[in-house]
Order: sequence, then structure tokens, then C-alpha cells
Amino acid sequence: MQTIFAQSVPGRLGVVPKETEKKAGDMLPAGLLRSAAPALPELSELDVVRHYSRLSRLNYGVDSNFYPLGSCTMKYNPKFTESAAALREFAGSHPLLPQLEGGEAHSAGNLEALWLTENLLAEITGMKAFTLQPMAGAQGELTGILLIAAYHRARGNKKSRIICPDSAHGTNPASAALAGYEVVNIESKDGLIDPAALAEVLDDSVAGLMMTCPNTLGLFEKNLPEIVRLLRRVDALLYYDGANFNACMGRLRVGDVGFDVVHVNLHKTMATPHGGGGPGAGPVGVSERLLPFLPGPRVVRGQDGAFSLDYNLPQSIGRVAPFYGNFAVCLRALAYILRCGGEGLSRASDYAVLNANYIRARLHGQLEIPYDRLCMHEFVCSASPLGEWGVHALDIAKALLDKGFHAPTIYFPLIVKECLMIEPTETESKETLDAFCDALLLIIEKARKDPQSLRDAPLTLPVRRLDETRAARSMVLTEDLG
Amino acid sequence: MPYIPHTREDTRAMLERIGVQSLDDLFSDIPAAMRPQSFALPAGLSEYETMRRMEEMAGRNSSGLISFLGGGVYDHVVPAAVDALSSRGEFYTAYTPYQPEASQGTLQAVFEYQTAVCRLLDMEVANASVYDGGSALFEAAMMCARATRAGRVIVDECVNPLYRAMLATLSANVDVEIVTVAHLDGQSDLKALKAALDDKSAAVLVQNPGFFGAIHDFSELFAAAHARKAKGVLLVNPVMQSVLKTPGVMRADVAVAEGQSLGMYLSFGGPYLGMMACSKDMVRQMPGRIVGRTEDLDGKTGYVLTLQAREQHIRRSKATSNICSNQALCALRCVMHLALLGPAGLTRAAELSMLRAREAATALTAIKGVELFCSAPYGYEFALRLPKDAGLVAQKLLEKKIVAGLPVGRWHKDLDKVLLLACTEKTRSEDIKTLALALSEVLA
Repeated sequence: MQTIFAQSVPGRLGVVPKETEKKAGDMLPAGLLRSAAPALPELSELDVVRHYSRLSRLNYGVDSNFYPLGSCTMKYNPKFTESAAALREFAGSHPLLPQLEGGEAHSAGNLEALWLTENLLAEITGMKAFTLQPMAGAQGELTGILLIAAYHRARGNKKSRIICPDSAHGTNPASAALAGYEVVNIESKDGLIDPAALAEVLDDSVAGLMMTCPNTLGLFEKNLPEIVRLLRRVDALLYYDGANFNACMGRLRVGDVGFDVVHVNLHKTMATPHGGGGPGAGPVGVSERLLPFLPGPRVVRGQDGAFSLDYNLPQSIGRVAPFYGNFAVCLRALAYILRCGGEGLSRASDYAVLNANYIRARLHGQLEIPYDRLCMHEFVCSASPLGEWGVHALDIAKALLDKGFHAPTIYFPLIVKECLMIEPTETESKETLDAFCDALLLIIEKARKDPQSLRDAPLTLPVRRLDETRAARSMVLTEDLG
Repeated sequence: MPYIPHTREDTRAMLERIGVQSLDDLFSDIPAAMRPQSFALPAGLSEYETMRRMEEMAGRNSSGLISFLGGGVYDHVVPAAVDALSSRGEFYTAYTPYQPEASQGTLQAVFEYQTAVCRLLDMEVANASVYDGGSALFEAAMMCARATRAGRVIVDECVNPLYRAMLATLSANVDVEIVTVAHLDGQSDLKALKAALDDKSAAVLVQNPGFFGAIHDFSELFAAAHARKAKGVLLVNPVMQSVLKTPGVMRADVAVAEGQSLGMYLSFGGPYLGMMACSKDMVRQMPGRIVGRTEDLDGKTGYVLTLQAREQHIRRSKATSNICSNQALCALRCVMHLALLGPAGLTRAAELSMLRAREAATALTAIKGVELFCSAPYGYEFALRLPKDAGLVAQKLLEKKIVAGLPVGRWHKDLDKVLLLACTEKTRSEDIKTLALALSEVLA
């Protein structure tokens, strides 16, 4: 499809404000002005509407397709939460208003929404308090590690290393490195963190361990109590990466079992939309001992029930966002939590785990499942055996697209060869899961009989396989002015 | 339960297939001792009841305020078509385009966004966006530190104080030293900034218009930085960029902006849009997603995520950044907004806002004792020096439901009489009259 720039017609007007009698040149010295207006598209409103309506149809989304992308929790995003976030008094409110003297009362609804969201998340996870500032999961990780660093600094601990298991998301080591730590990788044993391997690298220089639980293989870290005990010995803290928290609601409160800091991906567990890659939100919860270091300002509720902002936080790490985080994302999550209630949330986790195990059971014996035992909300399979026919995980992914399913996460986690990571979420019906399994089993059958057809997939989408090497080499990253 | 489609019969059949008796059995890996000690959450509500609850909360915010509050985020008009288009489920319920064949809509839109950003800023390369203007500025500083292998970052005090606070937090544990150069009566002290540059400098970070509204040409400063093998980073207001000299022409190496003004609502602070663009020689230092154009097996044009060797899922602890996502939906809103307005519309939005700001400045400086704080040219945000404490004056005006602007004393103790005001194309002449009247009463 032509880009919006290629459709531009010089002189055509779209949605334009009225013309002013004075131009920029009448108001500012010429030397400060640009020489020509930016070469943005010149189109009518209908041109633009039609272009982006057409573009949207080239996408798979949860609204149109089953999207079992492992570790991404592509659950249904309830429509009413969009209406809640769009309420004028929320959407039109300026973030600096409560920071003016007397301004808090004018933002009382916003402050209440922040306070309530923080408190609900704290109860759901068992943490002492939350900050909603982190604007994505990865920023939550960075915030968490900065909190760990602040804790050690305050105690006079000399720490230089963070431990990440080899099953961790790539953001974990990247966040730890950005917070100034050396990253120590430990190998999993039988799909789980191995306390013996941990003990081997554990010394006084270790600031903490980042754990995803259930881990990216979909397995619950059964050695957790032992890990907590080992870490406490050297005053190392335990970080909970909430990427997979959709398996846990009502079944595990991380604060109850020894985690010191946690981030929750609201765009996963709390059903806010992924938006084609963002915006998300990665609120961070802490245990009592990290409380003084949380980013500020903090929302507090006074004795009279009035909400205000507290800036008097001498040990705070400062700000990780300009304001209070992705507020409109938090509103959607709040609406979702209130709608579900405690029982609805725990049921969400129960059925997410049921759905994953159902797919696993249906694929049992048909596809290699390296850890073929009860899983949590997701599990991994391997396309390795299909290598015999020259078929890879990528080919299976593309063939699934042809059948109208988004592909699972592929080639991750790195510790499983030819990995396919499947996370169905609780919002999918048995019929959808069956249709997906049927399609996948047909593809596996085809791998033996007609492997070339899988290597040719997809054939029914707007484009066939794209040349990524060419993209990286030619680096066409913008439309040329032509 | 909401959003769970299973009938009792489905659940039974599925449990049977798995080979367990109950849902509880699925969680047998979690030791009994680790079960929640509490889960005291409210009972669920119907959709209608939840909306009522949300509406009641929203209703506890004041409405009908007259506002001149800016400070980096602005209340511009958003065309209705932006809401209608970006709320298509095909866009907003998709994820990062890992499967490009099934994500050409998002990918092409991001490619168009990158193009629009480059054209607006006159830069060569843009990424698919980061969280907000502040994180864009931090990432820009880190890019320069990597590119120059130097650790000193010179920051103009005319850079938004909220972003400077973020820089301090985010760089606390890395080998980057932040050197702040004081402003000169609300303007960038170009001489002092130049003098601060040395061989250890990675970059100089400046903002246009500055926090107090002053507009500058930083060409010479960036040339001086380049002479020291340091980089120039420019944070801009993207609406004003329709008329102002561009970062590209000033030879900035990295240009960043808070893109909220291009199609995002104020929404009490987010989600917003961190726009980032750089010169081609720095593209491998760029954080986050980048979309590139390529061809499929049949030679048909298509789009993919590219240059991924920079990113965390490949490089892990050696990545350029820990950023995994982008603000795709906000970037989408931004490019829709720009396409709907076009060059004429964006320019008029800036001019109309500037005109209102001049109207306001004229009306307010007519009040005894009130004067412009800065003598430099300004866009649609400007600073006033009042004869009284600006925080107290703003508080009095707020009692009259007027948000007069931002008292800057919170960040600049010596400027407790300075008030920062912004107008946009939404500002009405009668609002300005109301403010002028009320201000003269408060100061009387």
C-alpha cells in the first residue's frame, strides 16, 4: 500500500484551525524560523480516514484473531475500560494541577484513582506499597533495581552484581546493566533455578536476583523457599518480574513469600490493550524495607479522607516518570480490577492455567514438549524433531498465520531449541483452543508430507515472508522526499 | 465470571483431558505454605456499576476551570478522527509486530510516523518512539555517552526541571556525570554552555523553546560541541517545530520531543510519546524499535522491525537500552494527527496559539507591576514576573477557578515571583480577559 506521504496533494487541506491574520514571521525574528513548512502529507480528512482504516485491516489483533503469544498475555481488553479512560474529567486533566498550592482538591478524582489502584495492586500481590510511575515493564524493572541499589547504599552494603537465570526475559539483564550492575547468569536445572548453582555464585557482592515466576517455561519455581533463604544470608534482595503474573492471582502473593520488589505489567495481567507495542504500564510494589526509597511524589490519604501529594521523601530514588506514570493505562486497569473483583481475578488465573494445560494435553505426543508436566499459564514446545524434514519453528509460526491464528512466541526462551511458547489466556473458549490445536496438528502432519508448503507460508496475508537482511542492509527507515 | 467463556461442561471436559480432578489440582506446584495470607479485594461489579464508580471518581476532579497551565504538556485540539481511527481494535489490541506478515498495518504506520518525525525535525533517522520526552532525553544522553565514550553531560537549566529530575534518577548508577549550567534571566546562557564544554564532554542538552519560553538558535553551541567531539542534543516542542528553525538545520546530533501535543490528551500525565531522531551515523546507538522498508519473496514492498542487534532481546545486558516496547498507539495517534492537520494545519495551530499568547502577554503586562520575565522571543508559552509570590497568587486565582499557570518557585527558589503561562488554539479571548481582571484584583 502507498504510504500516506505518497498520497499527498499539494494544497489539499485536512482538519485545519482557522487562518490567523498574523503569521509566524510577523511574531518572531526570521533568523529563528524554519525556511519551509515541514513536508507533512496534504490530504483531506476522508483520505486520512480511509488510509488508516485500510492499514488497520493488515493487522492481526486480539479483537480479530487468537493471539497465543507466550509471555505477552494477549487477553481480551474489555471495551468499557476504554470508555472509562476517555471520561472527559480524566482525559482533560493537567498533571501539574495538583502540584499547585490548593490544586490537589481540583484533582481529587485523579488522586483517588491513583491511590486506589496502588492499594488494590498491593493487596493483590501482598506488597506493602506501589508506585505507578514506571511507564512499561522494562521501566518497572529498572525502577526496581534502582530501589535495590538505594537500599544497599543506605545500609552501606557494597554490591556490584545482579543474578539473572538463563530463562529470564532479555529486559532483565539489560535493566540490571542500565542500573550499573554486572549481570551474572545462572543455568537452569530441569527447567528451574538450581539452588546449588545459585549458592555457587552467591557472595556478599550480590545485590539481588531477578526472578520470573512462573518462569518463561511456564513452570513454577518450586525451590523458591530455598532461594529466599540463600539470598537473605548475604542480604541480597529478590525481584519479581511480573510478566507471568497472570498465572498467580489469588494463588500466590509474592509479598507473602519473600519477594522484596515486584513489577506488574498492567497491559498483560490487568487486560489493558497492548496498542501494537505500547503504551503499557509497569507499576512497582515493594516490601516494607524498600518503602522509603519509592519514587515521588506519593499520593497519600489524610485522616479526613482527602488525597494529597507527599514530596517529603528524603530517601526516595527520585522520579522515573515526569508525572504519575501512564495514568490512562492505570485507569483501564483499575476499571478491570473493580469489575472482576477478587473472585474474578483469581478465576482469571485459574482459567488461564486451565487453558494452557488443555492445549498442552491436546498436543501431548504430537509435538515435543520438553517439560511435559503440569504447567502454569503457558508452556513451551520444540519444533526440533521436525528439523528432519527441514521444518523450523519459524515455518510453523508462518503456517499458523495462514490459518488465521497469531503465532506463539518463537525462539524464546533461548534455553529451548526451536522453541514455541504458547500462552492462550483465560478469555479464549474451548472451541478456539480446539481450532488452534487442530490447525497446529495439521501443520505438523504437513511437515512430514509437504514440508515445502510450510516453508512457503504465509500465502494468504498482505505480504509473504519479508527480507529482513535487506531491511538491515539498505536501512530505508523513512519515505524519501520525492 | 467476566470475560471467561467456559461453561461448566467445558471446564469438566478440559480437566478430564488434562487428567486432573479440579482447578485446584492445576496449582499443586505451589506449596500449601505459600498460599496467600490474604486476598481481601472488593467483590466484582457489573460493567454499569463499574462505570458509575469511575464516573463518580472522575466527577471529583474540578471541571470548567480556565487554564493557562503548560510546562511541557499542552491542551491542543485533537481531531475526532484521531480517536475514531486509533480505537480500531486491529490497531490497539495488537502487540509488537514480531510477525511482520500479520502486522503490516502497525509497521507501515510506524514507518510513516518515523518519516513524519524526521521531516518535522529535519533529522535523518527516527525510532518508533520511547515512553515520553523525559525518557527520550535520558536515552539521548546515553546515546551520546556511548558514541563519544565520554561521561560528562552538560545540561542547560532551561531544560524542563521534571526531565532534569528524571535524568538524575535514571543516570544515578551509570558512569555519567551531569553538569548543570545555570540560566541567565530565563534564557540559555550560551556563553557559559560553550565554556562548560571540554574534552570529557559527551553532549550538551538544550531545549527550544526553553522551559521559560525563550527561543534560541543553538547552531553555534552545537558547532562548539562538535569541535570538542561532543554531541548536541535538542529537546523541542513539536507544534512549534512547524515554524521554528529545526534541530537538523542547527546540526543537532539527536533531537527529542514530548509528542503529547500531537494527538494525545493531557490524561494527567500519560500515556505520552517520546519522540527521538538522530543523524544517520548514530543510528546504531539508538534505543528501542526501528521499522525499515524491505521486500517480500515476490518483490512486494513490506515493513519489518530492523537493526534489532541493538536490542535487549538479542544483546541482553549489552543492549543499547533496556527498552522493549514503544508507545506504538501514541505514535500512531501522532502520525494520524499530523496527517489530518498537514503542514498548513500544524502551522496554524502554532500561529493561533502564539497569537493568543501575545494577546495574554499584552493584557497581563498592562497590570501594574507585572512584566515579562524574559526579553527573548517566545512561542505560546511565556513567563511573567509578578510583584508578589507567584505560588500564592496562583492559589488565590485557583479559588476563582482559574489556573493561572505554573509557579516556577518549586524548582527555582530564587524565582518565586515567576509564573509560566501557556496558551493554545483552545484559549479564548474571554478567558484571557477573565484572567487579566482576576489577576489585577488579586494583585491590587
